Amino acid sequence: MNELDHPTGDPYGAKDGKDLISGITVFPMEPHVPRKADIDPKAAIRAERQVATMFGLSSLMIILFVVAYIKVPADLLITIPILGTVNANHLAIGLAFGMAILLIGLGAIHWAKKLMPDEEVIQERHALTSSNEERAAVQSSLQRGAAESGFKERKIIRRSLLGALALFPVPLIVLLRDLGPLPGTRLRETIWDKGIHLVTDATYKKIKASDIPLGGLINAVPENLLEVEHEEETLNQRGKASIIIVRMDPAEIVSQQGDAWDYQGILAFSKICTHLGCPTSLYQQRTHHLLCPCHQSTFDLSDSGNVVFGPAARRMPQLAITVDAEGYLVAQSGFNEPVGPSFWERG
Amino acid sequence: MSTTEESIQAPAHAAPNTKGGAVGYYIDDRLSSANFTKRLVDKVFPDHWSFMLGEVALYSFIILLLTGTYLTLFFNPSMTEVIYNGSYVPLKGVKMSEAFSSTLAISFDVRGGLLMRQIHHWAALFFTAAVSVHLLRVFFTGAFRKPREINWVIGTLLLVLALLEGFSGYSLPDDLLSGTGLRIAEGIMQAIPLVGTYVAMFLFGGEFPGTDIMPRLYSIHILLIPGILLALITVHLIMVFYQKHTQFPGPGRTESNVVGFRLFPIYMAKAGGFFFVVFGITVLIAALVTINPVWLYGPYTPSQVTAGSQPDWYIGWLDGAVRLMPNLESNIFGYTLSWNILVPALVIPGIMFTALGLYPWIEAWATGDKREHHLLDRPRNAPTRTGLGVMSLTFYMILVISGGNDIIASAFNLSINQITWGFRFLLFIIPPLAFVLTKRICLGLQRRDNDKLLHGYETGRILRLPSGEFLEIHEPIGEAEKAKLLAKADVTPLELPSKVDANGVRNPKAAKSVARAKLSQWFYSDVIPTPTDEEMRAAAEHVAHELHEAESHLKEISQH
Repeated sequence: MNELDHPTGDPYGAKDGKDLISGITVFPMEPHVPRKADIDPKAAIRAERQVATMFGLSSLMIILFVVAYIKVPADLLITIPILGTVNANHLAIGLAFGMAILLIGLGAIHWAKKLMPDEEVIQERHALTSSNEERAAVQSSLQRGAAESGFKERKIIRRSLLGALALFPVPLIVLLRDLGPLPGTRLRETIWDKGIHLVTDATYKKIKASDIPLGGLINAVPENLLEVEHEEETLNQRGKASIIIVRMDPAEIVSQQGDAWDYQGILAFSKICTHLGCPTSLYQQRTHHLLCPCHQSTFDLSDSGNVVFGPAARRMPQLAITVDAEGYLVAQSGFNEPVGPSFWERG
Repeated sequence: MSTTEESIQAPAHAAPNTKGGAVGYYIDDRLSSANFTKRLVDKVFPDHWSFMLGEVALYSFIILLLTGTYLTLFFNPSMTEVIYNGSYVPLKGVKMSEAFSSTLAISFDVRGGLLMRQIHHWAALFFTAAVSVHLLRVFFTGAFRKPREINWVIGTLLLVLALLEGFSGYSLPDDLLSGTGLRIAEGIMQAIPLVGTYVAMFLFGGEFPGTDIMPRLYSIHILLIPGILLALITVHLIMVFYQKHTQFPGPGRTESNVVGFRLFPIYMAKAGGFFFVVFGITVLIAALVTINPVWLYGPYTPSQVTAGSQPDWYIGWLDGAVRLMPNLESNIFGYTLSWNILVPALVIPGIMFTALGLYPWIEAWATGDKREHHLLDRPRNAPTRTGLGVMSLTFYMILVISGGNDIIASAFNLSINQITWGFRFLLFIIPPLAFVLTKRICLGLQRRDNDKLLHGYETGRILRLPSGEFLEIHEPIGEAEKAKLLAKADVTPLELPSKVDANGVRNPKAAKSVARAKLSQWFYSDVIPTPTDEEMRAAAEHVAHELHEAESHLKEISQH
C-alpha cells in the first residue's frame, strides 16, 4: 500500500502511534471497501456503458452545434418562458456547446469514480530543509564566488555599479513623459464664458426662460460645445461643462453662490458630482435635492448647492445666468471655481 | 571502430517495446525526463472537495484566455467616434466609439460572438469568486503556515491582479456603465496627494475621457496583467507541486505523508474532467443568463448615467467603502487632501491587502509557532484565527452590502440616509461581535468534540430502567472520527519573560517580548486540551461499562 518504507518502520511515519512532528495520535487507515463495480462485473459493464454514453452524447452535441450554427438564423428572436426573448442562434449553439463540454467532464469523472482504483495510497513527504552539509556547501560556494569577483574588497567598483544600476531605470521613467500633458490649469477651466447660450444637451436648442415651468429640470450644455467637440474630437469638455437647470419659486431660494446668479428662480448648476465626477441625475422637486446615483451625495440646490448628505465634500458649483434680449438663457460668466472632483492642487 | 570512440558512446539501452515508449525514449534522450515524469505520474494528491476551489480559479483563467483571444479577433479598442450602422436597430444612427460599436458587432453580427462575450464575462466573475473562496479555504484551514507563506503572498498578489484585470476588462466596451466606473477610477487617481493629477493625465493622455485610455487599457488587459498572472499562477502551481499538497487529518494521515490518489490516472481523469465540467457549466450559464447587456446601457457619454449603477461584484466592497465614508476634506497650505476618497479607496484597501499578505508572519510571530505544517487545522481548532477571519469577512461583507445601499433603499422603501448611517455604525459594531461569537462557537464545537471522544456519541436510544430511571445509550465513535477529532496538536502560549535576567541585569528586549507573549496568550486563550491517552482509556472503560450495564438491563427486561 505505501510507496516507501518509512525510516521509523511505521507505514505512516509515526512512532509509538504518535506523529513524529506534531505528536498527534495516528490511527491506521481503514480497510478499503470495494465498490459495486469492483466485485460485480455487471456493475462494471454498466458503468462502462454510462461513461461511453456520455462521451457519445458529447459528440452528438458537437454535430448539433455545427448544424445550429449553420441553420439557425443569426437574427431569429424567440420567446421562452423564464428566459424571455432570446437570440435563437446564441441559445442553440450555447446549449449544444455547453452540453458537449460538460458531458466530457462528467464522463471522465464518472469513469474515475466508478472504474479506476479508489484505494488511497500513501506517499512520503521529503524534508524541505536541506542538510547542514548541503547548506554549508552552498554557503562556501557563494562566498567563493563573492571573493573571486572581489565585490566586497573593490569598493569603487561596487559603489559605481550600484550607482549605475540605480540610475538605469531613469530613462524608462522619463520615456513615459509623453503619455499625456501636464495638468496645468485644465481641471480649473470649462468652455463656459460670458454670453454663451445654454442649450439642451440632446437637441442643442437655445432655452427660453419663459418655457421652463416651475419645478422643471433641463439638462444643458454650452452652445459652443458641439463645435469644440468637433475640433478636439474628445468628450472632455462635455465631462466638465454639462449643467442642469432647475426652476423654483424665488421665495424658496435660501441662498446662492453669488448675488442674482439666478433668473427669476431659474438656477444653473454643474451636473458633474464634486465627489468622483459622476453626472448627477436625480432631482427631487419638492426638496430641491440633487442626488448623485453613484455614491448618493446629495446637494441642496435651493441653498447654494451645499452638500446635505453623502461622501461629497464640496458644494455643486453654480453657473451665473441671465437672459439675452430675446429671453434666451445665457451665462453671466464662466464657473468661478473648478467643477468636478477635488484634486491635490485644487486648494 | 577504435576503443576510444566506443567509450564516448552512450551505454546501450534496451529498445522501447511500445509506441509510447519510443516517444518517451526520444524525449528522455534529449531531456533526461524519465525521473521527473515518473515522479509526476505517481504523485499523490489528497482528496477533499474544498481543494477544488483553486482548480475552479485555474480553469476559469484558462477559459478567460481562450475566449479572450477570440474576442480580440473582433474587438477594436479605439475611441474614434463612429455612427453605428450595425444590426441592433435601437442604436442605429447613434454616435459612439469604435470600441462600443465593435462590442455591439461581436454581440449581434458575429455568430457565437455574444456567446463568447458572455462566457468571458461569466468566467471573469467565477474567476474572482473562486480566487476569493480559495483564499478563505486556505486561511481557515491554516494552509498558509510554514512552509507555504511565500505561496500565500503569491496568492494575495494574484487576487489583487485578478481585481485589476477584471476592472480593466469591464471598462473596455466603453458603455455607459463601464465609462462611469472609469470616471470614478479617474476621480480617485486625481485625489492622490502630490502626483494624483499627473497620474490621471498621463494614464488618460490628458483629461477624462480623452481618446487614449481604451487602447492603453487594452494592452494592460490583454498583455500586461494576464502575462503577470500567468507567470505567478505557474509559480503558484509549481510550489504546490514541489511542497506537496496539505491534507486534512484522518486515519493514516500524518505530517510526514500524503494520503490520496495518484495523478495518473485518477487526477488526470478527475481534475481533467473537472476542467470540462467548469467550462461546460460556464458555457451553459452564458447561453441561458444574460450578463452585462451593454446594448441596453448605450454608449458612454460623461453627461449621462443610469440610476442604480453597480460595478461587478468584486469591486462592490470598494464602492461600498466609498459610499460609507463621511465627507471629510482638508485644505493644507493651499493643497487639497480628500479624505473622503483617499481613506476608502486607497488607505483601507492598502491596509487590508498588506495585512492579508503578512498574516502568516503575524500569526507565526504571535504564536511563536515555527514548525512545519502539512496537516490542516479544522477551523474550530484555531478559534482565534477563525474569529479573525470571520471578523474580516463580515467587515468585507458589510462593505459589499453598502455598495448596494441605493438598491436596498428602493427595494425596501427605506431612506438612503438612514441606511448609510446604519452601515457606518454596523461596520464597526458587527465585526468585533462576529469575532467573539465565532470564537465562542469554535470553543463550543471543541468541547463537543471532546465529549464525543470521551463519552461517545448520543445514539438517541433512551432506556427506562425498572427503577424508573432514564438512561441514554452512548456508543463509542468510529476510528476515522477519532483520528479526525484527536488531530489537534496541543499548543502552549509563550511565557512572559522576566524583566531581569538571572544576574539581575535588566533585559532590554523585555518590553517587546512581553508584548509578544501577551499576544500569544491572547491568541491561545481559552485553549481546550485534547483528552490525554489516560483520559481516553478511562472514558472508554466507562462507556464500555455503561453499555454493558444497559445491555444487562435490557436482558433483564426481555426476560420479564
